[in-house]
Amino acid sequence: MADKNSFIQSWCTIQNNKIDLNGETIFESEPAIGFADFAKAAYRNFGWSYPKFFKMDSLSKLAFIAAELLLKDETSSETENDIALVFSNKSSSMDTDVTFQESIATKENYYPSPAVFVYTLPNICMGEISIRHNLKSENSFFIFEKFNPGFLSNYTDVLLSTNRAEKVLCAWVDFYKETYRANFYLVNSTEGLEHNETTIKTLFNT
Amino acid sequence: MKLNSVFINATNCITPLGLDVETNIRNISNGVSGIRLHKNQVYAEQPFYASIIEDDLIEEAFSSISASVEYTRLEKMMILALMPVIKKSNPVFDEKTILIVSTTKGNITQLNTISETSVQSADLSLMAKKIASFFGFTTEPVIVSNACVSGILSLAVAKRLIQSEGCNQAFVVAGDEFSKFVLSGFNCFQAVSDEPCQPYSVNRKGVTLGEAAAAACVSANGQNALAEIAGDGAINDANHISGPSRTGEGLFRSVERAMQEAEVKAEEIDYINAHGTATSFNDEMEAIAFNRSRLGNVPLNSLKGYYGHTLGASGLLETVIGIESLNSGKLYSSIGFDEMGLSQPLNIITQNEDKELNYLLKTASGFGGCNTAVLFKKTK
Repeated sequence: MADKNSFIQSWCTIQNNKIDLNGETIFESEPAIGFADFAKAAYRNFGWSYPKFFKMDSLSKLAFIAAELLLKDETSSETENDIALVFSNKSSSMDTDVTFQESIATKENYYPSPAVFVYTLPNICMGEISIRHNLKSENSFFIFEKFNPGFLSNYTDVLLSTNRAEKVLCAWVDFYKETYRANFYLVNSTEGLEHNETTIKTLFNT
Repeated sequence: MKLNSVFINATNCITPLGLDVETNIRNISNGVSGIRLHKNQVYAEQPFYASIIEDDLIEEAFSSISASVEYTRLEKMMILALMPVIKKSNPVFDEKTILIVSTTKGNITQLNTISETSVQSADLSLMAKKIASFFGFTTEPVIVSNACVSGILSLAVAKRLIQSEGCNQAFVVAGDEFSKFVLSGFNCFQAVSDEPCQPYSVNRKGVTLGEAAAAACVSANGQNALAEIAGDGAINDANHISGPSRTGEGLFRSVERAMQEAEVKAEEIDYINAHGTATSFNDEMEAIAFNRSRLGNVPLNSLKGYYGHTLGASGLLETVIGIESLNSGKLYSSIGFDEMGLSQPLNIITQNEDKELNYLLKTASGFGGCNTAVLFKKTK
């Protein structure tokens, strides 16, 4: 299949209240603070202005931060940006599923909210990023037991070699009850680190 | 680069209209719908319309293939859907044979009582693993969970993986169950109809929910194939997370991409099996997108009037039925439709008719701004 070379141009990890961009730590909060406060502190630290961020659930916030760091110099809201999204995780939208289920659990306590229900789908975080970066492009969300660089690299190469996108933003983005991890990387066809399973495993230490 | 052609070799479905394709087609051709009025306080205070499979039918069918009690109701539906497809295909379960599981909410009913155990049993990879080991797959299952396009997207994913030589044969199973979770969710969006759903009608009031499982075998082997997967696209609206684009942007682009890949012009498409959920916004958006692609006069139906909205199963289920139409040349009435309720023309099929068909376009759209279009070509 690989009649077109592909390269990783940048990458980002977020875990344990720490953000690494291209191998360097760029933001950290005390391990003791919760994800909501960490996310807010990161947003303020980078000086972003996107009020919708505060309406998102934790999974979307996590994805938003990582995508923002990799795409902010790549995309412009005035032009179209042909970057496909290939995202994956283990916990689907379970963190928000549990919140929604609690809201419908009893007759006495029945208060379902559309603002919660819409986040009971893992692909919503891709929708948020598509809106933010004007990505009218290919996107698919996969679930695996654990981060699966072999599958992601193969599927990404399919998208690039069949000209479905100029670049692909790949992600593992998992959030359940304060345990979270984001592994994001941007793949292109021109320059960077060689894009393959081994490189991905090295970058994300898996 | 010339890519391999990819085909659908076998299909099956488990629905309120039958536990095999033949029975489903017989019921559809007779205008039978699975939608009924249900009065069940477990799901809702008020009576509601839904298309639900009787528990006894699933239990009875499953007990004839396995005595195991470890499977959830949805897993049983999905295993039952896959069983004849796998039997017919008789695969070698090596590293090039994969299982693709497509679902929107999976075992969400396990959360009815919230505990760490129930959260674990609602885990999607656990569900996929149970199904994979039931049949003896040796590869890790691929799970596609992309809202209401999951079922049709999983066929596009299967095609792409086969063309990349990531696998030789993909078994795709899609399933979603009726649940209080989803009913409450659509209700709080005020998106559930208090009558059986009426796709594209001026009288449409929203969705009717349903449940189903469907399965297909996909490979590069065109011998005795049911259809070729000729082109596909899955492009986001980048517009809104809980409503479709008013210009139908993502759906339009997905359709254009599928046609371009298949090297098919709009006038060559004979039949559109659309999403048609019967919400005000979705159906209108489809009319706009199809007219932008000059498909406004192509015969079109939504099968939601027969099955309700079966979420992640719908794209695959409706493809299974659509492919039957493609091969038999029988187009089925889009039941629930009466008077046109769109700003632009669509050629809604109002009674069963016979027509020579060569190309079928299947589409779906969902929350998160996702869309998928897949073009199927007759091979028989």
